[in-house]
Amino acid sequence: MTVNNRPGVLNRITGLFTKRHYNIESITVGHTEIEGISRMTFVVNVEDERTAEQITKQLNKQIDVLKVNDITDQAIVARELALIKVAVNPTVRQEIYTLIEPFRASIVDVSRDSLVVQVTGEPEKVEALIDLLKPYGIKEVARTGTTAFTRGSQKTAASYKTPFII
Amino acid sequence: MANMKVEEKRQQRTKMSGALMLIEALKAENVEVIFGYPGGAVLPIYDKLYDSGLFHVLTRHEQGAIHAAEGYARISGKPGVVIATSGPGATNIVTGLTDAMMDSIPLVVFTGQVASNVIGSDAFQEADVLGITMPITKHSYQVRDIQELPKIIKEAFHIATTGRPGPVLIDIPKDMTTAEGEFDYEQDVHLPGYQPTIHPNHLQIRKLVEAVSQAKKPVILAGAGVLHADASKELQQYAEQQHIPVIHTLLGLGGFPADHPLFLGMAGMHGTYTANMALYECDLLINIGARFDDRVTGNLKYFAPNATVAHIDIDPAEIGKNVPTKIPIVSDAKEALKELIHQDGKRPDTTAWLAQLAEWKTKFPLAYQNDAQTVKPQKLIEMIYELTNGEAVVTTDVGQHQMWAAQYYKFNKPHRWVTSGGLGTMGFGLPAAIGAQLADKNATVVSIVGDAGFQMTLQELSVIQELNLPIKVVIVNNQSLGMVRQWQEIFYEKRYSHSLVPNQPDFVKLAEAYNIKAFRAKTEEEARHVLKQAFSLSEPVLLDFHVKADENVYPMVAPGKGLHEMVGVKSCEESLQ
Repeated sequence: MTVNNRPGVLNRITGLFTKRHYNIESITVGHTEIEGISRMTFVVNVEDERTAEQITKQLNKQIDVLKVNDITDQAIVARELALIKVAVNPTVRQEIYTLIEPFRASIVDVSRDSLVVQVTGEPEKVEALIDLLKPYGIKEVARTGTTAFTRGSQKTAASYKTPFII
Repeated sequence: MANMKVEEKRQQRTKMSGALMLIEALKAENVEVIFGYPGGAVLPIYDKLYDSGLFHVLTRHEQGAIHAAEGYARISGKPGVVIATSGPGATNIVTGLTDAMMDSIPLVVFTGQVASNVIGSDAFQEADVLGITMPITKHSYQVRDIQELPKIIKEAFHIATTGRPGPVLIDIPKDMTTAEGEFDYEQDVHLPGYQPTIHPNHLQIRKLVEAVSQAKKPVILAGAGVLHADASKELQQYAEQQHIPVIHTLLGLGGFPADHPLFLGMAGMHGTYTANMALYECDLLINIGARFDDRVTGNLKYFAPNATVAHIDIDPAEIGKNVPTKIPIVSDAKEALKELIHQDGKRPDTTAWLAQLAEWKTKFPLAYQNDAQTVKPQKLIEMIYELTNGEAVVTTDVGQHQMWAAQYYKFNKPHRWVTSGGLGTMGFGLPAAIGAQLADKNATVVSIVGDAGFQMTLQELSVIQELNLPIKVVIVNNQSLGMVRQWQEIFYEKRYSHSLVPNQPDFVKLAEAYNIKAFRAKTEEEARHVLKQAFSLSEPVLLDFHVKADENVYPMVAPGKGLHEMVGVKSCEESLQ
């Protein structure tokens, strides 16, 4: 979804979700290539098609909302970033390095009893890594939430079983 | 050459203060009247208003100002303009904003705000008005740069009055009213995120034409969208051309003549038997500018169960929101109707359907038992209808009196009915009448209110007296919160918890304190007498009718029930007994 980057616009959108009783799973907001226009990506769990349509329509009614795109069923690039602080002593440090490698994650901070793993990818991948790291003792997790847009080509568009993303 | 002209113009443009810009913008918008109340944060605006030549009505409470602006907007078709100060002034208009949002009334509301440099410091009379009003306005602004003010005002008028109308709020920090900038009000409005669809999609129109041609029991449900689009003529033309009966929502009343043979009455919780049964039985439902409110549909499970639903609405979000819709038409009602009238298509054969409806109409009309020894509220409305030849502007609050007015005042013309529908606001009727009278100075304006709602905004009697507006204030006095009492009688075993008010003040004396003529009536004869007297006077009059206190509004669809399950319907013969 693209919006005018005006004061209060995020408030307007989240307020709308509250007013209409929709639960937001995640939000990401950031600038686009055009000055004054921001992109917001929402992940919302909805019960049916009709609710998804209603959310799209209500968002479209906002004057500062320029374009709403329900990309749930489209070929999309969806990424999130997570920072995971894992409790580790020097003996298992190497093990963690090996473990995260297939995820193309990296270690961004090391201290005596912990290290911070940074991972980027689709939410499922992030979930999987967190699961793998759990046995070592996770101290903290910070996730950005999903940001996404449609792929350049829609030819391979398949029906993904993902939550409602706008 | 053209560039030079623009440059010349720019040079001619003198700098002016934000307050003066506001005045100039209102003049450019041809604003006839402003409803407002001054205070600290808007003092610079009021100073410029002082000798501006603009007509300002000082209501006695900001809620009065915004309801008056709503009444003005409904009758004039133009946006109502309100000014309130920061903090309490602004929070006092919250009810009116919500009311206007629910009923799609165009308003442009200016609120003062503390100076930019102290916003966020909990300054004196500071309130986060932008935050408070975000969900109850169509759009809102806070002025942060004086150079933006003209553009903001221009956009506000545009947004309030186009598409689905609604209230737009502009919050102006005090320093913005004294800061100076160039006033350029000729720029075009450019809003890429706001492009209402006015013209219908041709394919959808064809689908509807096809559905109409095959329908056996079609019905039109017409809402306030018809009035906002000024499409009454087209609605009548279309209904007559296709022989399709018409039902109104509460807010749509007057869009189609009540005495027309194709009119079935109002639908919903207190709708007519025929209208509700028609909605239950129909095989094609054409909704034009109504939003399928729960008070209209009853339990959705039983709503129009056998019908193909077509919905014409300027707001795409209303289509399919409550009722699954097979033929969605996003359009202005007038444009869609014009298009429909000019389509070739087989006219449906509705003879049998119309005969069935006519039978219901004769057999189960709206009915009540009269009792001349008291004032029956229904009789009271009928008398007002007769004595005003059905041509009055009627304003109401919410509740029993509102439903009786909707049922028994037969609106034959559009833009005569001003009521608080979606929000159901007590205290709406009296101030709304002030705005309505100012919008149509020659109209007979009757404000029908309850004894309870009246006391929520009665201070506006002062304005009526000051401007000598010949409004007739009719209090349907049942010494109770009538609709609450009715629900407690029916659903709460007559446990009348805080709904009976036997010690209401002497409303006649109260009116006299405001220097307004007032009469009281307790029987039908007295009622007729004082009504005649009141309508013969070209000054404000307050009438206190002591009506039968335990009268209920029927028919009634209990909450959770389908429209066909309404109670309190009596056949003609029964009600004569």
